[in-house]
Amino acid sequence: MTLLPALPILLPLAGAIACMLLRRHGALQRGLNILFSVLILGAAVALLAAARDGSILVLQAGGWPAPFGISLVVDLLSAIMLVLGGLMAVAVSVYAWFDMDEGRMRFGFAPLFLIMLMGVNGAFVAGDLFNLYVWFEVLLTASFILLALGGERPQLEGSIKYVALNLLSSAMFLAGVGILYGMAGTLNMAQLAVAIGQGGQGGLVTMVAVMFMMGFGIKAGMFPLFFWLPASYPTPPAAVSAIFSGLLTKVGVYALIRVFTLVFCGDTAFTHLLILAGAGLTMLSGVLGAASQHEIRRILSFHIVSQIGYMVMGLGLFTALALAGTVFYLIHHIVVKTNLFLVAGAIHRLKGSYDLDELGGLYRERPYLSILFMVPAMSLAGVPPLSGFFAKLVLILAGLRAGAWVVVSVALVVSLLTLYSMTKIWANAFWAPAPEPAASDRSGMDRATWRRFLLPMAALAALTVCFGLFAGPVFGLAQDAAAQLMDPAGYIRAVLGGQ
Amino acid sequence: MEAVLAMVIGTLYGGGLYLMMRRNLVQLIIGLGLLSHGANLLIFTAGGLRRGGAPILAEGETHFAAAPSDPLPQALILTAIVISFAVTAFALALFLRTYQTTGTDDVNALKETDP
Repeated sequence: MTLLPALPILLPLAGAIACMLLRRHGALQRGLNILFSVLILGAAVALLAAARDGSILVLQAGGWPAPFGISLVVDLLSAIMLVLGGLMAVAVSVYAWFDMDEGRMRFGFAPLFLIMLMGVNGAFVAGDLFNLYVWFEVLLTASFILLALGGERPQLEGSIKYVALNLLSSAMFLAGVGILYGMAGTLNMAQLAVAIGQGGQGGLVTMVAVMFMMGFGIKAGMFPLFFWLPASYPTPPAAVSAIFSGLLTKVGVYALIRVFTLVFCGDTAFTHLLILAGAGLTMLSGVLGAASQHEIRRILSFHIVSQIGYMVMGLGLFTALALAGTVFYLIHHIVVKTNLFLVAGAIHRLKGSYDLDELGGLYRERPYLSILFMVPAMSLAGVPPLSGFFAKLVLILAGLRAGAWVVVSVALVVSLLTLYSMTKIWANAFWAPAPEPAASDRSGMDRATWRRFLLPMAALAALTVCFGLFAGPVFGLAQDAAAQLMDPAGYIRAVLGGQ
Repeated sequence: MEAVLAMVIGTLYGGGLYLMMRRNLVQLIIGLGLLSHGANLLIFTAGGLRRGGAPILAEGETHFAAAPSDPLPQALILTAIVISFAVTAFALALFLRTYQTTGTDDVNALKETDP
């Protein structure tokens, strides 16, 4: 037994403690934040390397055998999510090195950031539903404070909506956990899968499944309870928005995938159809909301909602190909979305505004920044040969094979409208002439610093291009992860030890 | 006993959701508190109610004479209570700060960030 699966939890905890001890030293915390993000990424890559051949790593905490102890389980999907989380942590912590103000740094941006990462990583490796609930609360509590940190009026207003809806979803999730425990007498996901598989999925289990769907759906930003997301994500500084948009809603999607491929897969005709319908409505309402907005971060926030729809669509179709599409979409989306928020932050740094009416002429002024926006924006819209094209292609192919015509046509229309939103930002902020009087450079950085500031965005954009150009190997990884998800027997055997 | 607790849980959920839909920030937070109490009682009830029967084996025994009560739901609730305590404390601080900054406790007045 190795401690490797616990490292993604222990490393951020150690980092957070170190940063709290050094709370008076802003510069040192910035450095430690990057250092520990790199270490987390390293641990995640080691886990992915170990899980790549299809083996499932299990750590029974304290040596208590499952289902009595706490199991940490890393399968391919978990490992992929951990690596993506680590990558985003590194990119955002480098961005925060340049951009985060001294006041927020002193009030604990770095420890909160690391504790949130601990919660996210914990949720990815949890093998037990109650453990999952606890990690959700860890990441939520840290994210509440990150969102409100600074105490500006919009932040506070956004935080109230975020806090209220997320606590409601947690209460629903917890109630589902309680009922499930009453029925099955266990909360270990592998043992639950066995118990529900043997007992058959009766009406009560399906009702609990819907409670989980609501609980995770609110956290993921699914229709109909997604309005907290565009109201809160655009309010904090860009670094916080970026890491939220990259990771938090995706934890909700991950939990949906985990629970609805492992535990609740006895009545797919009802539950997965409900998920599919929710996916279609999520896509549509998100993209229509984005079309009506005129502020970059709000447009991007609404697009998180519509993109969540695509990921959940693959889960709703529930075929191996569709799940592979979902995993590929997660890989693509996390990188692209974080990058877009970082670029939006850089635009704000330069011009002091996010409003499309007050922006303009960026292409003439900063051609490199324009390219860094163009790459993820076109990838989000699904323009070949970027990663978004292949992600959508796989999902739509899977939809056609399953004969789900309605959701496929919705997905295609939404893709077109995404392109519309992205070109709207491009045309207004980059191509249109600068408004009079043209705002001068407010970034307060010289040329060399500015180039280093753009480095994390350039790295993420390069990653997007690579995912597009080398779509084959990435899709192979997604397919292996999906194959593991479609065959829960391996997961159950790894956790329970062949009982 | 289950029937009584079920009614209490239902009342807590109903009251909590009603208060959450009110416009007042303080009522919102009380509503959240009631919801988490409802969830905790739900775990307690669903885990099976049994009077006595502490799940402790005396020295030398290997089996329980009568079925013991399940200690796990209580451990789960304890964790959930601690979490909801922390979250409620944070929410109170957030709401106080919001009231100080905006000068209102009416949720409908907090529309600036609405899409």
